[in-house]
Formats: sequence, C-alpha cells, structure tokens
Amino acid sequence: MQLFDLEAQGLRALNATLHEQAGISNQTQWEVMNPRGSHAIAVGLDAPIEVNVKGSTGYYCAGMNQQATVHVHGSAGPGVAENMMSGTVIVEGDASQYAGATGHGGTLVIKGNASSRCGISMKGIDIIVHGNIGHMSAFMAQSGNLVVCGDAGDALGDSLYEARLFVRGSVKSLGADCIEKEMRPEHLELLAELLERGGCDAKPDEFKRYGSARKLYNFNIDNAY
Amino acid sequence: MCGIVGLFLKDQSLAPQLGAMLTDMLITMTDRGPDSAGIAIYGGSETGRAKLTVQSHSPDADFETLAADLSEALQDQVLIHRTDTHAVLDLASEKLAAARENLVAHHDSVRVMSEGESLEIYKEVGLPKDVAERFDLSGMSGTHGIGHTRMATESAVTTMGAHPFNTGLDQCLVHNGSLSNHNSLRRKLRREGVHIQTENDTEVGAAYLTWKMREGASLGEALESSLDDLDGFFTFVVGTKDGFGVVRDPIACKPAVMAETDQYVAFGSEYRALVNLPGIEEARVWEPEPATVYFWSHNDAPTSQDKAA
Repeated sequence: MQLFDLEAQGLRALNATLHEQAGISNQTQWEVMNPRGSHAIAVGLDAPIEVNVKGSTGYYCAGMNQQATVHVHGSAGPGVAENMMSGTVIVEGDASQYAGATGHGGTLVIKGNASSRCGISMKGIDIIVHGNIGHMSAFMAQSGNLVVCGDAGDALGDSLYEARLFVRGSVKSLGADCIEKEMRPEHLELLAELLERGGCDAKPDEFKRYGSARKLYNFNIDNAY
Repeated sequence: MCGIVGLFLKDQSLAPQLGAMLTDMLITMTDRGPDSAGIAIYGGSETGRAKLTVQSHSPDADFETLAADLSEALQDQVLIHRTDTHAVLDLASEKLAAARENLVAHHDSVRVMSEGESLEIYKEVGLPKDVAERFDLSGMSGTHGIGHTRMATESAVTTMGAHPFNTGLDQCLVHNGSLSNHNSLRRKLRREGVHIQTENDTEVGAAYLTWKMREGASLGEALESSLDDLDGFFTFVVGTKDGFGVVRDPIACKPAVMAETDQYVAFGSEYRALVNLPGIEEARVWEPEPATVYFWSHNDAPTSQDKAA
C-alpha cells in the first residue's frame, strides 16, 4: 500500500501521482492522509486502483472518475463524483450538494445523507444513498438509478427523463412531471442488485419507484422537428 | 463567492482564544474572498457604556482630537482606543445617538462601523491575512464572533462594501450570495426612512432586517420574513449581543457547514475552515437546511437546532 500525506506533499503531486497509474501500475492500493477538507482530491483518475481518503474532503472529490475505487472515510463536500464515467466512489459520512451530478456511469454509495441536488442531470450513474437526500434531487436526470433508503426532499425528479428513482421513506414533494410508478418484477430484481452493491440492509419491496410521466415539452411528439 | 466563518463559544474558558481561532478560520477562506475581510467580535460589555467603532482613511488626522472633541460636545467623557484605521469610542450608552449626530455634522470623514455595548466591527480592503494583522484580530477575546472574506460581485471593493454590516445595536450581518432585488428594496427602505450608505446588496439586506426589527419583529421573525422579501441567493450569518443565527435561501446553493461540540458551535462556508478547531474529529458536523432559521444564544441553554420565531 502507498501512503500519501496530502498536507506535506500537496494536491497537484497527489493527482499527478494517481494519474501516472493509468495503464501501468501494480501499485493498486493508495491511502491519502490529512485531506482536511481539501478540494479536488483524486479527480480524473483512470486506472483500476483503490484510493482510501482518511478524512473529510472539500469540493469535487473523485470527479470524472474512471475505473478507480475512491473511498472517503469521512464526509464529502459539494460535487463528489461529479461526471463520473465508471468505477466506484464510497462516502462513509454525508455528501454535500450535487453528489454524482451529470455522472455517466459507475456507482456512488453515500452511507450518510446527501444534500440538495443529488444526482442532478445524471446520465447513467447508479447512486445509492443509505440516508436521506435533499431538495431538487435528480433534476433533469436522464438515465441511471437513484436509490434512497431514507427520505427525499422537495421537488424530487423535477423535469425527469428516463432515470429510475427508488425511495424507501417519504418524499416531501415530487417535481414537475415526476410520478410514482408501478414496481414490476424487473424493477425489484434491479433494486435488489443495487441494494446489494451499495451494502444496504433494506428490502426491495419496501421501496416505491418514481419516474417521468413524459408529459413535458420534449416528450410531446408534436414538438418534434 | 465569499467566505463566512462564525464561532459561538459555549465554554467561556476558550474566550481568550476566540480571536485566534476565528482568524485561522478567516484566513483559510481567503480563496473564497481575497478582496476584503472583516470581523465582528463580541468582546463583552460594561453596564451603561456603549462602543462606537469608527473608521477613517486618514486616521492620524481624524482620530487625534476625536475623543476630546466628542467629550466636549457631549459634556461627558469619551474614551478612544485606536487600532490602525479603526477606533473604538467608549462612551455612556445614553450619549450614543448624540455622538452619531455629532460625527455626521462635524466629522464627515469618520465612518461608523458598528454601535453596541459588546460589538466591535473591523473591516478593510485587502487579503484576509493582512486585514487580520492590521487589527491584530488573533489577539482579541470574546464570547462569539463572525468573519467574512469578500469576493465582490454587486458593488465596488471598498471598506464600506466589506462585511460585516451593523444592522442595529449589537447586531451584525454577513452574506454569501447576491441579492437581485436590492435596488427596488433600497428605494423602498429609503422611503421608510432607513439610512443606506452604499450601492451594496448586503447593506440592503442588513437595512431590511433593521427596518423589520424597528417595526417590532424579533430577529428570528425578521430572518423568517427575509425568506419572502429578499430575492436572490444568500447564506446569512447574523450576530447579536447574546448569540448568532444562520439562514439560507430556499435554493441553498451557497455552501454552509456547521459543527457543534460541548465547547462551541462553529460555522464555515467550507469544512476546511473548521479543521483546526479543537475536537473537530468528534464534533457533530452538518449542513444547515434551506429556508430554516437557526439560532444559538448565551441566554438559553444552548440547543443543537434551536429555531427562532
């Protein structure tokens, strides 16, 4: 295992070192000490390595991730795993606003609560939250799955496209064009796999599914060119 | 952008370190606001005495005879404690209004930063570390304090545009965000007779709270109604003689992190600002909810989420 002291060695050196692992590395285990809320830790990784961040992070931790597993042993600031392409990001604590925003792929697991705008404009990422999520989550979410074991805040799934939303607890309010949908066997099966992947102790049949009513402008065929 | 820090002590044995802890937090927030910086500190009060914190761009000339001039005009002793471009005038509480009138009439290059019994506000243009050094902020002690680092968006980088803003006796406001209806609100408040000095949006927010409280609202009520009447983005931290409060607009895109231990309640725009606080590893750390007023007071038993009003 490789140890990296962020306070002593600096952020640019950390990210440059982790980027160097792309394609060549047999150093697959990394531990980042003293993150102290710093921004942009472990961004732009593209190698099947595991990075354990021993503390809380600031803005944009693990942004644009590909292949790597980034494990935050603390809470994450705004924009964790933003625009992730593949790989896995795990946050042991809470995540601030827009966790997993615009993510194209991979898995984001948040073991605490996520704040507002979780999964905004998600495009294929799977986000699994053990706790609650804040308002405007999954706004304009296009594809992928958002699983919430706790409650969801106001305006869930506003202007939703084809992402699937599963919530176990209450939903404070649904956004425009977001409706509750029938949970069919294929959804229960998908959800069971997601819960297992996220390490959640919850049963698929405790959840409700929400999705797009497909009534907004873009879904109306008369508006097509 | 802008950065906000705040520290409310439950354990008064930390009071001598308040300035040092806040200064460290403030400097950490430099890259959120390198234009100017300020701090409001509640250093304790003496019955019957008030503090008028004033500022001048030519302090040597302006402050030399200021205390003597005011003492003579008010027929009462006024003491002055100067720190760089600022000075705290120590005077009898009942002479406060007369002193302000006298400053306007006879000392127009002296600007009032704050008035109150416990509150002192120090703010200037420049990097937070330089501002902190000029006023020796780290040497200050107190029960609670609020700091701000400014990245200007709505008005010029000037001393008067820096935060905190004094909203009433012993009250202050700092802001991260931008208000979009400040011009119309400024006109409305001026018609109501509220004194607004600059084109700054936050000053309008501060004046709005002052006006609401003048009309009989509590601070909590004024903050609640600000959610309806102020348009734009804001995370506000307010200070009063006894405590401090936090409110975020309903969209809540301006960041806010809070930490609480048995010794203190702390606010930071980012977690980075809190990492050097004692016992932070074991603190309860959370984000304040949107459109919710939080308040902590030395008067009540401190509770974790005591919502005002």
